[in-house]
Amino acid sequence: MKAPLSWIKDYINLDGIGIEELANILTNVGLEVESVQLVGVEKPEGKLKNKYFGLPWDKEKFVVAEVVEVNQHPNADRLSLCELNDGMGIVTVLTGAPNMFPHLGKGRLEQPLKVAYAREGSMLYDGHQPGQVVTKLKKTTIRGVESRSMICSEKELGISEEHEGVIELDADAPVGMPLVDYMGDVVYEVAILPNMARDASILGIARELSAALGRPLRLPEEPTLEKGGAIEEKIGLEVKNTELNPRFMLGMVEGTQARKSPYWVQRRLSLAGMRPIDALVDATNYTMLEIGQPLHAFDYDLLRERAGGKPTIITRTAHEGEKIALLDGSEPQLDTQMELVTDTVGPLSIAGVMGGGETGVHAETRNLLIESANWNFINLRKTLSKTRINSEAAYRFSRDVHPELAETALSLCLKRVQEWGGGEVVQGVLDDYGKPYVDTVNRISAQNIAEVLGQEISLEESIGILERLGFTCWIEGNELVAKSPATRTDIETGIIGQRNLIEEISRVYGYERIAAKRLSDELPPQLGNPDLEAEERIRDILVSIGLQDTLAYRQTSPEREARLFIGRKAPAGLAYVRLKNPITPERTVMRRSAMATMLELLEYNTKFRPGLALFELGPVFLPVADEILPHEALRLSIGLTGAWDVASWDRPQSKAMDFFDLKGVVEALLDGLHLEGVRFQATAHPSFHPGKCAEVRVGEEILGVMGELHPQVRKNYAFGQDPVLVAEFDGEALVRLSNAVFTNKAISSYPAMVEDIALIVDESVPAEDLEALIWQAGGKLLVDVKLFDVYRDARLGESKKSLAYQLTYQAFDRTLNDKDALNIRNRIVKQTKNTFGAVLRSS
Amino acid sequence: MLETEGKLQAELARGIEGLQAVGNVESLEAWKQEFLGKSSLVMQTYGSMAKLAKEERPVIGKAVNQLKVGLEAALAEKEEGIKTASQQETFTKETLDVTLPGRKPRRGRIHPLHLTLRQIYKIFADMGFQIYRSPEVETDDFNFTFLNIPPYHPARDMWDTFYTDKEGVVLRTHTSPGQVRVMRERAPENIRVILPGTTMRYEQLTARSEIEFIQVELLVVGKGITFADMRGTLNDFARRTFGENARTRLRPSFFPFTEPSAEMDVQCFVCGGEGCGVCKGTGWLEILGCGMVHPTVLRYGGYDPEVYSGFAAGMGIDRSTLMRYHIDDIRHFRNNDIRFLEQF
Repeated sequence: MKAPLSWIKDYINLDGIGIEELANILTNVGLEVESVQLVGVEKPEGKLKNKYFGLPWDKEKFVVAEVVEVNQHPNADRLSLCELNDGMGIVTVLTGAPNMFPHLGKGRLEQPLKVAYAREGSMLYDGHQPGQVVTKLKKTTIRGVESRSMICSEKELGISEEHEGVIELDADAPVGMPLVDYMGDVVYEVAILPNMARDASILGIARELSAALGRPLRLPEEPTLEKGGAIEEKIGLEVKNTELNPRFMLGMVEGTQARKSPYWVQRRLSLAGMRPIDALVDATNYTMLEIGQPLHAFDYDLLRERAGGKPTIITRTAHEGEKIALLDGSEPQLDTQMELVTDTVGPLSIAGVMGGGETGVHAETRNLLIESANWNFINLRKTLSKTRINSEAAYRFSRDVHPELAETALSLCLKRVQEWGGGEVVQGVLDDYGKPYVDTVNRISAQNIAEVLGQEISLEESIGILERLGFTCWIEGNELVAKSPATRTDIETGIIGQRNLIEEISRVYGYERIAAKRLSDELPPQLGNPDLEAEERIRDILVSIGLQDTLAYRQTSPEREARLFIGRKAPAGLAYVRLKNPITPERTVMRRSAMATMLELLEYNTKFRPGLALFELGPVFLPVADEILPHEALRLSIGLTGAWDVASWDRPQSKAMDFFDLKGVVEALLDGLHLEGVRFQATAHPSFHPGKCAEVRVGEEILGVMGELHPQVRKNYAFGQDPVLVAEFDGEALVRLSNAVFTNKAISSYPAMVEDIALIVDESVPAEDLEALIWQAGGKLLVDVKLFDVYRDARLGESKKSLAYQLTYQAFDRTLNDKDALNIRNRIVKQTKNTFGAVLRSS
Repeated sequence: MLETEGKLQAELARGIEGLQAVGNVESLEAWKQEFLGKSSLVMQTYGSMAKLAKEERPVIGKAVNQLKVGLEAALAEKEEGIKTASQQETFTKETLDVTLPGRKPRRGRIHPLHLTLRQIYKIFADMGFQIYRSPEVETDDFNFTFLNIPPYHPARDMWDTFYTDKEGVVLRTHTSPGQVRVMRERAPENIRVILPGTTMRYEQLTARSEIEFIQVELLVVGKGITFADMRGTLNDFARRTFGENARTRLRPSFFPFTEPSAEMDVQCFVCGGEGCGVCKGTGWLEILGCGMVHPTVLRYGGYDPEVYSGFAAGMGIDRSTLMRYHIDDIRHFRNNDIRFLEQF
């Protein structure tokens, strides 16, 4: 909402309050000032908290002047030469403004034209460039005539974008007066909170200032309306559904004219962001901006013509298949939920949203019918959600307007139409107020206030604040009773009504005046959060190994996830959480696969670094049959590609990582989480190389899968030559099986014996199984087993391999001797021979 | 006898002089042969002692001993000198350009938003707040209705919502649904929790706005919780986050789930309130929204608003992290460009 200061001042005395101070007061009562536009006024001095823009008008250079004669430029048809009095004398000013042409060659003007005049050297906005480009007014010669100064348009002064003609000031503008003194202004752009829609009006803003400053509010003079009377001869009214249309009023002005409004009206509308049209439309818009009640104007004669006699206005919901062409040219789809204003012929407007083009005001309108109504805001919001129409009227009605305002607005608007457009107000108004609004009454004690705020505020001070906001207050016992003003529908009753009042009192009292205290209530039971702690441990372990933590977008597309599969063919029937209104075709669903995310991260980054080691811990979204919400399953993905080492100036890049680098990372992680009984087992997976893929299990439970990307899947991504290694884990299982507490093994103070053995076994014997048996056979004196070589050679025999282990023996109570070592080794050799047919390889 | 003594003395002088010319291990060896070797005068003299007259022996013996001690002392000194010189030479040869870059080990980093989260967890944990997490895909009821935002309420305009193809299911637009979830779980216990998590809003993706972002919300419910308690708690948080002297201010605002509602600003930590690019010249940064929990929300959570009260506050950590590290584009957080992440 843009609020010109000059307009606010109509309703409240703001003497002694600076531009910046006023902005801060507005912000502090909940009307956050987003920017302050200076219209000709100098920027305030000192440290400013608000955003300012605009152009000062130099008092020496910008003045009110009058054009006394308009003559043709000798060499240009479209230019005129104005004889102008700027208070210091007569000067000739050149202009191309079309609104000077009607006066061309008429000699001395009977009624001089008051204009905004800029002398040579003025700083103003360039009228011929888009946006606001400041330029200095310099002497030029146009078609042989010298030009030093200018008659200004609104654009050049920063009032609006209008550059079609020069401003014609009101006739009483004093010649020679500095322009800034005559019409300099400050426009506050304030954000209107959803519960403060009543302040989407100048009077609403003034009311807030009245409460904050403790100064009285001056309400506009509003002639009393008589119900019924002569107007009943002109028009009929029928409201079909009071729930949807609680109030509908009609008033009429005869013999008026759609001429230009006084300039001060046009300027206020422009500064408030609305385009001035003509006196009739301007009167409805002006009144809406003033008090917050939207109005609609019909050309009465057109209605009469349609009806072929006395017209009747009927408000009702739309019939199936009805149509309307709106003012803006659109033809929205109507349905039976939508409330319309119609006549006996058909729709005239979508109620509270926008009027139809056929019956609106036009240049020849003489007899004007004004609608001032109230609409059910919920129903109106349903209409808006379907039609997606934006209008100033819809903005206000969709936030609920108090029905009492309809009457005030009609009275003010009729008066203005007559003042600005001329004509006579038809005696009486029609008013169907089928559902009178009952203003709420709330009771509140000082203790109620203190209990919520933690701060004592006296009832006297509270009453003062509420009364300035328009409440009617009195005291009963130790309670304050407050009747809500006939401008507000947001104050409820009961405990919520009390809260509403406390909010009103405290925001005007000032949040800054409420003391800060520390919580002193009893602490709730202090529960740990082992899941989150385990997740953070996973991050810390992986980071300590050297992997980079990442954060994934939740939204992706099935097409993106299908890249995980050969030929981009995902298995049929994957269920997704699908978005009804995706922001882009790239993000239409919630992700199912953390692995897909990881591959995209690797692909994106592979061009930046020769080696990547990333992980991501976050949810995937798996729809569950018969459940409303999906299962948000925690997933850990790990991705490696390229060289592990970072190359340096004297050391060549190391080899690209392979399966065992990934396995090492996984093992380090599982070791760090103190998982017990972890096994790796070859498996098949559509995304992985068939021979380089393993699943990780604890007992029967599969924790995750890991491997090298299948060469066919790899083709779906832009990777280089290096293997791409990915693991995906069930994060919940990792968290559940991890052990924050474990048994630390003692360290022996006796020396250890180390010896190497090599065992020849069939290729088919898994290394993991052989090692498990070595541990078992070795007994408690065997403390470490390290595989240090895998060797294959024809001399070993067909399909044989030799696995070489370094074994460490150690006791806690003595130094071991050769005999001990021999015993252990013999046990190992014997048992591995019995189980796997292992043969000790002689060195 | 005198003649022999003289010869021995001269030998010492000759030896010391000869040693001066010695400059390396090889010439030192030759010198050793000449003066202390088998055929040297010292050794020769020792060898011929038996042939000397009885009275000559002590005299010559003493003289030759002196000679040997003298030569050996000179040799030791020379050897030390040569050793030092050669070590010096080695050091010179081995000297590095210490300004060459070190070999970088691979270093992992926590994602910057996770760093911020951890900092917030820590601060609130110190104040007795626990962490409560709730779903990212939510029902319309939890995301809106239970938070006092019934269907078609004007407040729904405050959030641009992603809807799913399932009726009544949305991507949560804030972490606030967790308020009602935690209340329903814990009622009638007192509550002090923070609710962190990813939230999603239908917005333009630009350098300043994201469709996904992380929020942290706090919720306190108990008997006699006041606005003043909220101010104190939030001030403590601001001081722990932005420094002991951080100044804050509260402005009226509107959230359907709190009443009264406020917006908290903290004095810009970049310019100290003087006005700069980060605070857009205002000297203040908007950091969170807050307010007293609305009676309707308490009721939906299973608490009687006549008995219990509470406050809630919510902040977006993406934006505060941007400001903290002067990051130019909010999309970096989820694009995970390694060149961005590596800087933390």
